[in-house]
Amino acid sequence: MLGRGCDQQLGGPTVRVRRTRRAAVLGASLVCASVLTACVPASGANTVNLYSAPEENLQQNVDRCNAQAGGRYQIVYHKLPRDADGQREQMVRRLAAGDTGMDILYLDVTWTGEFAEANWIREWTGENKADAARGTLQGPLETATWQGKLYAAPKNTNVQLLWYRKDLVPEPPKTWAEMISTAQRLKQEGKPHWISFTGAQYEGLYVHFNTLVQSAGGQLISDDGKRAVVDASAVQALQALRDLGTAGVTSASMNNAKEDDARQEFETGQSAFEVNWPFVYPSMQEKKPDLARNVGWARLPGLLPGVPSKSTIGGANYAISSYSTKPDLAFDAAKCLRSPENQKFSAIKDGVPPTIESVYSDPEVAAEYPMRDTILEALKDPGVRSVTPAAQNVSTVLSNMLSPIAEIDPQRTADRMRTEVQNALDSKGVMP
Amino acid sequence: MVQTSQAEPVAVSDGKGAISEGKKAERKLGWLLCAPAALVMIAVTGWPILYALWLSFQRFDLKYPDQREFVGLDNYLTVLGNGYWWSAFWVTVLVTAVSVAIEFALGMGLALIMHRALVGRGLVRTVSLIPYGIVTVVAAFSWRYAWTPDTGYLANAITPDGAPLTEHASALAIVIVAEIWKTTPFMALLLMAGLALVPDDLLKAAAMDGAGPWQRFVKVMLPMMKPAILVALLFRTLDAFRVFDNIVVLTSGAQDTSSVSVLAYNNLIKGLNLGIGSTMSVLIFIAVALIAWIFVKLFGAAAPGSDDKGRR
Repeated sequence: MLGRGCDQQLGGPTVRVRRTRRAAVLGASLVCASVLTACVPASGANTVNLYSAPEENLQQNVDRCNAQAGGRYQIVYHKLPRDADGQREQMVRRLAAGDTGMDILYLDVTWTGEFAEANWIREWTGENKADAARGTLQGPLETATWQGKLYAAPKNTNVQLLWYRKDLVPEPPKTWAEMISTAQRLKQEGKPHWISFTGAQYEGLYVHFNTLVQSAGGQLISDDGKRAVVDASAVQALQALRDLGTAGVTSASMNNAKEDDARQEFETGQSAFEVNWPFVYPSMQEKKPDLARNVGWARLPGLLPGVPSKSTIGGANYAISSYSTKPDLAFDAAKCLRSPENQKFSAIKDGVPPTIESVYSDPEVAAEYPMRDTILEALKDPGVRSVTPAAQNVSTVLSNMLSPIAEIDPQRTADRMRTEVQNALDSKGVMP
Repeated sequence: MVQTSQAEPVAVSDGKGAISEGKKAERKLGWLLCAPAALVMIAVTGWPILYALWLSFQRFDLKYPDQREFVGLDNYLTVLGNGYWWSAFWVTVLVTAVSVAIEFALGMGLALIMHRALVGRGLVRTVSLIPYGIVTVVAAFSWRYAWTPDTGYLANAITPDGAPLTEHASALAIVIVAEIWKTTPFMALLLMAGLALVPDDLLKAAAMDGAGPWQRFVKVMLPMMKPAILVALLFRTLDAFRVFDNIVVLTSGAQDTSSVSVLAYNNLIKGLNLGIGSTMSVLIFIAVALIAWIFVKLFGAAAPGSDDKGRR
């Protein structure tokens, strides 16, 4: 019964596929209930299971790839939880148990090292590797690389920009200090003056810190991901964060704000600046068109005068599970999902910046992405968080020491960081 | 299972000196009947505990599967020598002590009201149990929104200029309030069962002898209720010591508000460090066992369902 259901799935039109699949699942569950055997619900030999974060229009990419494959593979999109921690936890638990039910994995850019070192994902080699690298921006490609080997294909990238009110400040501030002093001046003049900033104790704080450290020309972790560097530029970055925390130009809830809180705060009109990812733009257009007209964007302010900032890259990559039973199909399906055509579609429909450079010059993308040049500029000179298996631990340890930013004691905090980051890299010590 | 040791004197006391054949067969049948349940219990609780103990003696990080090795008590030294652990430990102790103390006072008041309520007794009892019926995570989310500036009525009304969840002291206070709100009804329920143990005649006699309400409460009711009180306190202390969901939802452990359970979760599930995480779990297990032991041995709390003879 199961087999027939699957055969019908291959050829039949969409509507019938749905119905037969439901019938097959129902049948499968009955079989499971009656006989105590390991049962996999209605999956054929060519089913490729994609585990990905919820993305509103991703299903259309999946459908397109399935149509193009002409029956060679059938991607099934399973949604992971909405938050990054939840996504990682679900995949990690199943991989640790050697689950064969996952083929394509959606990895946040910081997870590559961890999944690769734990032997959970396959290396991309030969034709697959060439395909993943072709036309892909260097920064995003680095996030998919661990110890010189490619372990994933960049799906989409992300950089933070500075969003500012053109009606309050004609020119965007070039440095961090200038941004703070401008905000203080606006405050004295009784104008909207907040700097909307994601100061909650979480990954986002590490992103800001890394941006500042790299903008000062420094590094947190050595290139091989084994040694905590935390040099003088870290002290400078800590000073900059503390200055923002004590300047009196942030909202009361700044210390608890994540990306969406900062977006909402900016949309209330009380802010002059916002440091955030480009997803805030379409939201502003839709909800506060009056405000959106007055909003400009720029690269993040730098730390040193005359030196442009290095905005930390976000985004996600596709990796193939080591436990996948059909890796060849999975590699092909992943390549299709991240094809220029599908990246363009996702950029327009879901607002996620592409990793393939040529997509940015497409006129349709240009229309949806008025800030594409700024994004591309930042992407070509990016700040990359060091790839290390201990990325999650490093992030947790750092965000703990960075919060609340007003209480940072630059020199002392930096000294503590060196020890604690080293401990995290060595998987010694305790995560807060 | 526990009853075997107590069953002996009972058998002896019926004067025969030895256990009869029938009794033996009956006992054997008893063992056979409860064996499946006992085996399942061992499988689902005993095995994980032993496995955690075994893991706690190893360096075992899922991120570095090749570097697994036996390290003896190293993990215990690491955890017990770590500031985060002790900070979490004292947070847990504080939350436990303060919330259980306040819950006891409030719960007792609530129990007295529910016990004596003349009108709408059923309604009063039902209404007061509502907080306990709400899923903790759901309740915690509503507390979180209430205490977040702009969206929250409490934050806006009480601290218009601050964000109380972002500071250590106020965040802890909010966690404690959430705990109290949630579990006071449970405390009240247990205490009300204790109140039912107090015979009305005794109270009337005390009143006849001239004891005022307070004297009747302290001298008659409290001693009579002692077993119920100790069980209620034991249950709540054990529960409060394992506080997790309220903290995760309200602060995710930021600003040093992690409890030991949150810390263990972070190291085990988020950090994938099975060695360190299991060490913490074992330490929490020891702490919980210690609390239970103190209650049972020092204060003489009885296990629910057992009579006075069961206590030692």
